Amino acid sequence: MPFEARRWPVWRQITGRDLLGLGGTSTSTLTEGRTARTASADRVATSICPYCAVGCGQLVYVRQGEVTQIEGDPASPLSRGRLCPKGAASRELVNSPLRELKVKYRRPHGTSWEEISLDSAMDMIADRVIATRDATFEEVDQLGRPLRRTMGIASLGGATIDNEENYLWRKLMVGLGVVQVENQARI
Amino acid sequence: MNSDCVVVMGSNMAECHPVAFQWVVESQRRGGKLVHVDPRFTRTSALADLHIPLRAGSDIAFLGGLIHYVLENHRYFRDYMVNYTNAATIIDEHFLDTEDLDGFFSGWNPDQGMYENRTWQYRGGSVWAAAGQRTAPPPQGEGVVVAGEVPFEDPSLEDPHCVFQLLRRHFSRYTEEMVERACGVPAAQFRRVAELICDSSGQERTTCFVYAVGWTQHTVGVQYIRTAAILQLLLGNMGRPGGGILALRGHANIQGATDIATLFDVLPGYLPMPMAQDATDLDGFCRPHGGAAGGYWGNLKAYLVSLLKAYWGDAATADNQFAFNYLPRLTGDHSTYQSTLGMVDGTVNGFFVLGENPAVGSAHGTLHRRGLRNLDWLVVRDLYEIETASFWRDSPEVAAGEVRSEEIGTEVFLLPAAAHTEKDGSFTNTQRLLQWHERAVDPAGDRRSELWFAYWLGRRIREKLEGRQLERDRPLLDLTWDYPLEGEQQEPRAEAVLREISGVAADGSPLPGLGALRDDGSTSSGTWIYCGAFAGGQNQTARRRPHWEQSWVAPEWGWAWPMNRRVLYNRASADPSGQPWSERKRYLAWDPELGRWTGPDVPDFPVDRAPTYQPPPGASAENSLPGDRPFVMQADGRGWLFAPSGLLDGPLPTHYEPQESPTHNPLYEQEANPARQLFRRPDNPYHPTAGDEGADRFPFVMTTYRLTEHHTAGGMSRFLARLSQLQPEMFCEVSPELAELRQLRHGGWATIVTARASIEARVLVTARLTPLRVQGQQVHQVGLPYHWGSRGLVRGDSANDLFPLVLDPNVHIQEVKAATCDVRPGRRADQVPS
Repeated sequence: MPFEARRWPVWRQITGRDLLGLGGTSTSTLTEGRTARTASADRVATSICPYCAVGCGQLVYVRQGEVTQIEGDPASPLSRGRLCPKGAASRELVNSPLRELKVKYRRPHGTSWEEISLDSAMDMIADRVIATRDATFEEVDQLGRPLRRTMGIASLGGATIDNEENYLWRKLMVGLGVVQVENQARI
Repeated sequence: MNSDCVVVMGSNMAECHPVAFQWVVESQRRGGKLVHVDPRFTRTSALADLHIPLRAGSDIAFLGGLIHYVLENHRYFRDYMVNYTNAATIIDEHFLDTEDLDGFFSGWNPDQGMYENRTWQYRGGSVWAAAGQRTAPPPQGEGVVVAGEVPFEDPSLEDPHCVFQLLRRHFSRYTEEMVERACGVPAAQFRRVAELICDSSGQERTTCFVYAVGWTQHTVGVQYIRTAAILQLLLGNMGRPGGGILALRGHANIQGATDIATLFDVLPGYLPMPMAQDATDLDGFCRPHGGAAGGYWGNLKAYLVSLLKAYWGDAATADNQFAFNYLPRLTGDHSTYQSTLGMVDGTVNGFFVLGENPAVGSAHGTLHRRGLRNLDWLVVRDLYEIETASFWRDSPEVAAGEVRSEEIGTEVFLLPAAAHTEKDGSFTNTQRLLQWHERAVDPAGDRRSELWFAYWLGRRIREKLEGRQLERDRPLLDLTWDYPLEGEQQEPRAEAVLREISGVAADGSPLPGLGALRDDGSTSSGTWIYCGAFAGGQNQTARRRPHWEQSWVAPEWGWAWPMNRRVLYNRASADPSGQPWSERKRYLAWDPELGRWTGPDVPDFPVDRAPTYQPPPGASAENSLPGDRPFVMQADGRGWLFAPSGLLDGPLPTHYEPQESPTHNPLYEQEANPARQLFRRPDNPYHPTAGDEGADRFPFVMTTYRLTEHHTAGGMSRFLARLSQLQPEMFCEVSPELAELRQLRHGGWATIVTARASIEARVLVTARLTPLRVQGQQVHQVGLPYHWGSRGLVRGDSANDLFPLVLDPNVHIQEVKAATCDVRPGRRADQVPS
């Protein structure tokens, strides 16, 4: 029998003591030459799974500015290294080619997206907020009691973003007088 | 892990929170039992010692049956109940129960459709709720239980007006026969559950309840949780290891977003948002909202002033009441469904959506998309192009030719968001644990964090408004808005925001905790319950000491609010004298020699507060509670079996039918929660009540749920190849009996029909759903995952399109866990009904 065939994992499984292939026989010359992405990372960031609120610990492996792997963090007293299928898929969540990279703009009655710069988008949004706020601002109610608000603007979402982000967003909305600020707590 | 029995109800924990479920399995390994009460047989049921299928929407009848069993068989933990709950408290003699008024409590105002809670008060005064309905008027009694006052009590529990006797009477008809009629659970099965829970509770043992949105998404959702709370208080299962009621939340930071607070009716830390009718002076506002009460809410003013200082810094002074009147005012319910109707009606013109997908995830999706079409402008920030951003080109309405893109005037901005690996920040998990995640890489292209967006949008608007000198702009221009910026993208430093949230003293030094907060403007803290998260100038939420290097409580992993406390109300883990109820359930104990509490956790109250402590005259807030009152957020320091205020739909939970139900209420003439929020308008039709003409057109019960491989409205899962491969298609689960009745073929198509929409789904015929006998009639149930929409790698109809808007009155949550429908074989006629 030629040497290569004897190196064939299945042959070694059958003839060796590793019938289920759980030991060393599952490797080949090719796979032995490979390195795990976790081993070749430049650095590891500590993180938390972004899906549900169990809060499983994650370790994010980075190589040359790219996330190369996301694993469960064994040190977490909550998850002890485990991730569910969603948490285990979070590398694809952050690296997917379907993720949006550029601002997309759809003008009123438009039939397709247009590209605009982030700077223009921010400027246009700021103008829209000011205009709608001015057009709908309520200083007082019918009895003359102060309201100091706008009911023309609403905001929804917060459960997928950080505490610091929720805090700053609400602070801005309070300053603007936007009271219709809500998150996923009602779904 | 420490539970002797875990009851999972309104949740499929094994599939929806699999990593947390390892601890249930761990408790089973240690001899604990698992009970699963749920309409569907799932993987949670497969691992349970008992699975009890019940009719969706009947849980209060089931839990009320358990309360009845506990009371009538004397299975309550008497010492715990008498000392730590309001069982002995006497209620106003004018109080009338649903037993007296056939489904109503006293105080119902039919014209306004709401309750007036004067008769629900403690005799001799009234109390404020610790949390909850702050947009309702505060109690208007003779007086209020202010710090140091003692309501009338009867520790013998024999007074007919004491809470214990009221409870017995209220639940007197929730017998096992009634449970069988209402829930379709045979009496023998019910008795097995009741015995198991009682045998697993008491001095030596503890039982834990676990729920998810199967309990909350009802028109009586809050009262579902209340029923469980009553049961757990009677059994002595609160504040002790292995006890409690655990909510399983579906989003990484739903707890934090609520705490801090992107909700219309609360400010960060559950401080009430002022209403137009509230006083415009700070003291006049604080007092009726709990600011004079016993317990920690007595410090309301200190918490609020510290928040105002965090918001407005030097512009908040004693002279201008710390800018209290910079806060905008509410005039009613401004929750998200009201905003949606405002969009449809043209009063809401601009809309921000940050990482949420209401076109798929909210009830009555058709109505939401109609609202989006009527906006002037919409800003969507997300990782992917979700349905809420693309409604103008590929929504079901556009696909059906009902609306053309050219007709839709909404201006849409889709801004790409940074992922969790691309920014620093903290999430608060379902157990109140704040955990920090690090920026691993910088976001590419136009992707930015929400922190960046909020900061830079605020800065731009402020710059544009600076010159115009309008009084209305002062609250905006006076906001403290200086955060250090980092890197090429000029990202605000997240730790600087956390530092502001946690709080600082007048000299800028970080505060150690909420005990340091003052009402004189000398402290600032953006969220009082998070005060201490940056204690010592260290980011406490970033602590990651491995679990093998610390106790099982793991206090050095992250930081739990408040004060890094891991079990709330842990004073209840010891008896009134401060000794553990049993060695087996030891947690905190009073050490008389050291003169302090000892144990693996942070106590709920000052660590040297003796069990024998009696408040001196004039003591306020937490200092007004004796040393044997564990429930330190309540004005009387006791767990509330009976809730004299805080709830809009009754002081005790009552079984009401869902808005849409195939049967009559077996207990009362009143069918559904009288205080529920209805929206009677042509674009939100309800099905007829059971027995009314046309009700038989929608004979089946439908309920929605999640799958392991998908996440809520799909924005973070349907765009991923691996998850989409694992769960590629929308389906409906039906029993073999229903399949035969409606000629549905396994693997074929079915159309689910309601007055709101028709959707199609693949048919999964399975014995996991079983028809139930409810009041002599066979009730079929249909299970619907709700993840799909018109975009993503896998597409399908949205289950939420089927449901109407009808809400719980307390928290404005929609009823999507029980409604009626019809199921027909084959695909839908293709058109979305208008």
